[in-house]
Amino acid sequence: MNTYDVAVIGAGATGASIAWQLSHYNLKVALLDRCADASFGVSKANSGIVHGGFHHSADSTLKAKLELEGNPMFDDLQKELDFEFNRCGILVVAYSDEELPQLQKLYERGVANKVPGIEMCDRARLLELEPKLTDAAVAGFYVPQGGVIEPYGYVFALVESAELNGVEFWRNFQVASSEKEGPYRTLTAADGRKIQARFTVNAAGLYADEVSKICGGEEFTICPRKGEEYLLDRTSPGRPSKVVFPVPTPCSKGMLVIPTAGGTTMIGPSATMVDDKQENSTTQAEREIIFEHSKKMVNGISERDLVAAFSGLRPVLTGNEDFFIARSEKASDLIQAAGIQSPGLTASPAIGVYVRNILADCGLELEEKSAPRKILPPKNRARELSPEELDRLHADEKLATRIICRCEFISEAEIVAAVRRGHVTLDGVKFRTRAGMGRCQGGFCAPKIMQIISRESGIPMEDLTKRGPGSNLLVGKLGDLEVM
Amino acid sequence: MKQINCDVAVIGAGGAGLSAAAAAAATGKKVAVIDREESCGGVLCQCIHNGFGLRYFNEELTGPEYALRMERNAREAGAQVLLGETVSAVKRHSDNTFEATLFSSANGVSKLNAKAVVFSTGCRERTRANIAVPGERCAGVYTAGSAQKLMNLTGMLPGKRAVIVGSGDIGLIMARRCRWSGIDVAAVVEILPEPSGLPRNIAQCLRDFDIPLLLSHRCARIIGCNRVEGVEIENLLTKEIISFQCDTVLFSVGLIPENELLKTMGVPMNPATGGPCVDGMCQCALPGVFAAGNSLHVHDLVDFASIEARRAGLAAAEYADSGNLPDAAAEVSCSKTLKYAIPNKCTPGSSCEFFFRPTVSCARAKLTALADGKEIAKKMCVSVRPAEMLTMKAEIPAGSTKVEFQLEECK
Repeated sequence: MNTYDVAVIGAGATGASIAWQLSHYNLKVALLDRCADASFGVSKANSGIVHGGFHHSADSTLKAKLELEGNPMFDDLQKELDFEFNRCGILVVAYSDEELPQLQKLYERGVANKVPGIEMCDRARLLELEPKLTDAAVAGFYVPQGGVIEPYGYVFALVESAELNGVEFWRNFQVASSEKEGPYRTLTAADGRKIQARFTVNAAGLYADEVSKICGGEEFTICPRKGEEYLLDRTSPGRPSKVVFPVPTPCSKGMLVIPTAGGTTMIGPSATMVDDKQENSTTQAEREIIFEHSKKMVNGISERDLVAAFSGLRPVLTGNEDFFIARSEKASDLIQAAGIQSPGLTASPAIGVYVRNILADCGLELEEKSAPRKILPPKNRARELSPEELDRLHADEKLATRIICRCEFISEAEIVAAVRRGHVTLDGVKFRTRAGMGRCQGGFCAPKIMQIISRESGIPMEDLTKRGPGSNLLVGKLGDLEVM
Repeated sequence: MKQINCDVAVIGAGGAGLSAAAAAAATGKKVAVIDREESCGGVLCQCIHNGFGLRYFNEELTGPEYALRMERNAREAGAQVLLGETVSAVKRHSDNTFEATLFSSANGVSKLNAKAVVFSTGCRERTRANIAVPGERCAGVYTAGSAQKLMNLTGMLPGKRAVIVGSGDIGLIMARRCRWSGIDVAAVVEILPEPSGLPRNIAQCLRDFDIPLLLSHRCARIIGCNRVEGVEIENLLTKEIISFQCDTVLFSVGLIPENELLKTMGVPMNPATGGPCVDGMCQCALPGVFAAGNSLHVHDLVDFASIEARRAGLAAAEYADSGNLPDAAAEVSCSKTLKYAIPNKCTPGSSCEFFFRPTVSCARAKLTALADGKEIAKKMCVSVRPAEMLTMKAEIPAGSTKVEFQLEECK
């Protein structure tokens, strides 16, 4: 059986960041995820905001403390990990006089949290910062340290870098049972695979309650809060230069207009409590509300530019809006990292450090690796390189100039690199490269990408999936079915 | 970086581009026709059914046969065919010449210099998101053309039981294709009260196979955790919801001209067609830039696209030669019974062929062309429907400033 110092359950932003932190030390670390790839749970549908640190009080909540610590860490992370990140700034905008008191309160919280550069703006200043705001904008404040990242790109980069530095990533490993014996806990997957570890970190997102129970930890419930998002074409005239927030409501930061790090525009999310942890549907009612709201916020938003709709689930800890990150009081080898809802992505780099320190307090020896850290190869995104640069790459890599995804301008070399890093589902390749994410939604490139995945991975075409077991893209070959 | 020089560059080697290239090359001009795929024909390659070529070749051909003939014509006329090359941008220099940037695995990045450019970049399918169908994001949701490509070019089966949303021609042809391969087709669902595809396809692809066509119905929801498990179809008249079990949903809900390159060049577009505004020689408002085929406006038949593109090819060759084309001084407009008339401008004192898309359905209608209020041509049209394009040739009198088309129902 594979034996580890630490098993991290959940390869979302939280688990990936923890595993990445631990990859700096002489430790054996396993990262387990129930899905076919990293970020496929909660993180893939994250809005991708690097929050500004003004929504919650840093004195009374852990999440605000970690958000404020996490925010400035993204610059160095981006340099090492090469994910899409843009510190474009956040505007919080009041669209009626009634919202002004709440706006003022939020601004004061930002000031109390020592958010750098936070600036109260009248309408004229707002329009100077963002000319696309509608006539309804009354006043607002500006947070220059806010930004956007590509959430899956970030998580993939953390996991790939962690893997390169020794972490072992177990895909489709759904923890079904566990047994503590001596210094080790054995974790058994639903398919029978087993590993054992001295410490277990529960970063299982929506399933953190179940994992806690399996490991003999605290009893709590995670309730999914669904958010629908609508993605607009990169040519949409409604793309603002900064993230535009409304004044928030008690249970949500509100529906935003987001200039995504990938160059598109995203509107949403909504916030609805749901029962089912696999619920990922979008609805006509929410779509209409989101478009109505965002049109009131920013000029140029139109249903005509819609290229994709999706939804995600926030893992909300019942009875506690804060993060729950601590050593379990019931199972001493278990570290809980549960209820990581917004601003979890922003906080995630700091969560990695925080959990590492908890593990050290628990007696895990942290001895930094003496060998230099292995760095991921450059992504060589065709979209970002000049023709001259691409032509130079072509000398060594013929596929660097074969364009597979026309809408997002993604080369075959990018897709091959994704497959060779273990992303063998269509969604895995999409999240890693953006191929299929554009206006044709894979209409032209999906069949080609499937052939490339099959060729590079050796998986037969008929066994390829969209996002793992059960999501097969094809049912067989022509001739397999009887013709009536 | 490799440099290629030509008189006329044609972007897209489908039914339109090959025709434009053949016509331009036949005049003796140096012509290059470029396509991102490794073979000519564009979407024709996956259209293994017949029904192509009746107008252009007076013969019934399959898609690949049609493509092969067009390719042969272009090559024999002397056009250079560049395959596997993706065009990322076209720049217009101050001396009115053009520079296209090409990407391929064979040649890396190349620059193609030309005096005139024909855009025949085809169209893309509208997706589930374009019509905002709610529900889950599961595997088994394809556009009809994507499924067609998977079946006809890679030999794979996308599913076992399908519901087809939209009664466009590709959807109808895929309904039959599914049945031929043993895939059950539960229904074809059309939001409009009448089918969107050609009558011959309704007969040959649905009726002959007893596939139900549900008119005035829409797809209200897709259900399925990992793979499609079913759809909810709403009857728009009764608001009743019908559930179908299926593992596949194919969308055939219209085509969008692909003009991303043209748009970045700042060429004025026509909102009614999704293509650029053009004159009778298929020239855009930017001199030296031409458009033809489905990227100009969506055609019913490839034959029409090829016929239109021949004009674009000839005009591009003439422009490459003289740097000048006759002034298209007459503005074209149409009555509300027509969604659009193409071209948007024409040259007085010349003959011009027009294409129309009606907005109305009727058994018989009169199509009239007026030049500055005076009738210059008329034609009776039978079984007029939005699904079928209308065409008319007219001699435009010298000195005309306005040409108007009217479609009137005959009682």
